[in-house]
Amino acid sequence: MIELAGVTKVFHEGRHNALVALDGIDLTIPEGRITVLQGPSGSGKTTLLTVIACLSRPTAGRVRVAGEVVSNLPEAFLADVRRRTFGVVFQQFHLVAGLSARTNVMLPAYPTGRSHADIAGRAGGLLDRLGLARLAEERVEGLSGGEQQRVAIARALINDPRVVVADEPTANLDSALSADFLGILAGLRDEGRTVIMSSHDPRVCQASVVDRVVHLLDGKLAA
Amino acid sequence: MRAWINRQSLLIDYTLSSLGRHGGRNLGLFAVYAGIVFVLASTMLFTHAIRREAKALLAHSPEVLLLKLKAGRHAYLTRADLDGLGRLRGVSKVEGRRWGYFFDSLAGANYTLMAPSAGSPDRGRIDVGDGVARTRGLAAGDTLSLRSAAGGLHAFTVGRVFSAESSLIAADLVLMNPSDWEAFFQLPDDVFTDAALSVVNPLEVKNVARKISDRLPEARVILREEVLRTYDSLFDWREGVLLALASMAAAAFGILAWSKASGLSADERREIGILKAIGWDTRDVLTMKLWEGALISGGAFAVGFLVAWAHVFHFEAALIAPVLKGWSVLYPRFILTPSIDAASLLTLGLLTILPYTLATLVPAWRAAATDPDQVMRGTE
Ligand SMILES: Nc1ncnc2c1ncn2[C@@H]1O[C@H](COP(=O)(O)OP(=O)(O)OP(=O)(O)O)[C@@H](O)[C@H]1O
Ligand SMILES: [Mg+2]
Repeated sequence: MIELAGVTKVFHEGRHNALVALDGIDLTIPEGRITVLQGPSGSGKTTLLTVIACLSRPTAGRVRVAGEVVSNLPEAFLADVRRRTFGVVFQQFHLVAGLSARTNVMLPAYPTGRSHADIAGRAGGLLDRLGLARLAEERVEGLSGGEQQRVAIARALINDPRVVVADEPTANLDSALSADFLGILAGLRDEGRTVIMSSHDPRVCQASVVDRVVHLLDGKLAA
Repeated sequence: MRAWINRQSLLIDYTLSSLGRHGGRNLGLFAVYAGIVFVLASTMLFTHAIRREAKALLAHSPEVLLLKLKAGRHAYLTRADLDGLGRLRGVSKVEGRRWGYFFDSLAGANYTLMAPSAGSPDRGRIDVGDGVARTRGLAAGDTLSLRSAAGGLHAFTVGRVFSAESSLIAADLVLMNPSDWEAFFQLPDDVFTDAALSVVNPLEVKNVARKISDRLPEARVILREEVLRTYDSLFDWREGVLLALASMAAAAFGILAWSKASGLSADERREIGILKAIGWDTRDVLTMKLWEGALISGGAFAVGFLVAWAHVFHFEAALIAPVLKGWSVLYPRFILTPSIDAASLLTLGLLTILPYTLATLVPAWRAAATDPDQVMRGTE
């Protein structure tokens, strides 16, 4: 379970161009469910996801992950929580060009101290499950958008995270691929993982697999 | 421990692939780097080896060498002179040496013709140093004809071609029978070019030298330890000049490396952002970059050093020898005996590897220490 209390994020704090991106968010995200953050552009969806996934720290407020307050942890510990708990899928996928699909999937596990064989095996299993076994040794820049995203999903899963975070995951996909993607998310949820994603795509928000939609407006929760 | 090894080996894996992907940028740096190490290491190896050579050579040379002068010019010693020297207290042995220079106009080279007092070749036969053998294309059994100053042609049969442990002097040496020597230079059998003295007590060598000067006021006494010192300072000076030049090059390189390394490319910054966003922490990124710096600088060092090694010990230091042994009249071919001086190797290694590795760390640390949320908004 992830709990946010009074989470505020101010960019350029104390300067003339200070910008309040999140403004006192109180939110509880249930475990083992698919939650969607919806809101217009600039409403703070991405910012909220980075705070949840421990990619950045809030300016004020608390974030608890599985009962542990993470919002004031020093960077080294935060990175540890991030690695153990979250798998992130970015809107632009952010795969490392020049590396194979398998290597990309393996990257988050490099610092964990597990052996190469162990990680490579697990990466193979994930790619297989996502229908990419055939493309495992291909360089990622040659793959199609949908394939790249599935590589990104496999990468998010390599450390077996309890929470999968995805920012606008369907923005670069056509409707067939979007439907596939939602299917994959449903599978992850059925394994007991928590899924949090942002989207302003109505097809996503209204999809039957989505358990809960949270509306954001100008950095605040909307009814 | 197992986990530590796994982690390091995977980080190295990543580093290697990253070096491959950002190849062009690193390759130029690697080349310049290896080039500087090459010059520095060549100089070091060469001067070290040649000094060692000189020491080995002088170890076999007499403690005291005596030349007789008359009116300030070199004169021959007579047997009576040698007997007189032998009677001096503290002198254990006197050996008259007979040698002379000969300019071979055919080869355009100077030879040293010497008649050893013991173990000299039979009449009509000579032993030649490998330098002489090479310039005249001689092998054992061939005939070498030399025209003496008096005009007569003297033919000798080569008995043996020798290459001494020190090619510095042996290369131009021709050993012949004393009678042949006398005939060739038209000298009587009672003359000696110089005298080699052994002393009873090496610590007394200065006193003995003074006694000789008293007895033969015009004699020039050369002590081995003095030669050794001269030799050392000569090479110190030459090495110093070359090292000064090389350090200037190294400094220029340092600036280049710093500016190259401190500006991470946009690609690299993006990659660091991604790695952090997918679960690496600052330490992981820095460790990876540390390996990168160490691999580039260590690799360049190894390459530069090995090429320098080959250059000095297999290719006669062709590129730097003219600077370092410009005084040599004989131009003997040097094949130096490989030897390394561990302290200089270590210094050279530290001076090149450490600064570069640190230079790569600073910018990486700056990139890695920022929160990874920016990558969420990165555009491609
Ligand atoms: N690093 C930053 N520095 C300054 N302002 C920022 C930064 N990141 C985000 N912002 C601002 O914070 C606000 C919220 O941005 P955010 O990206 O969270 O919105 P979003 O809901 O994800 O929008 P979109 O639907 O366009 O992705 C925006 O006004 C944005 O300009
Ligand atoms: Mg966004």
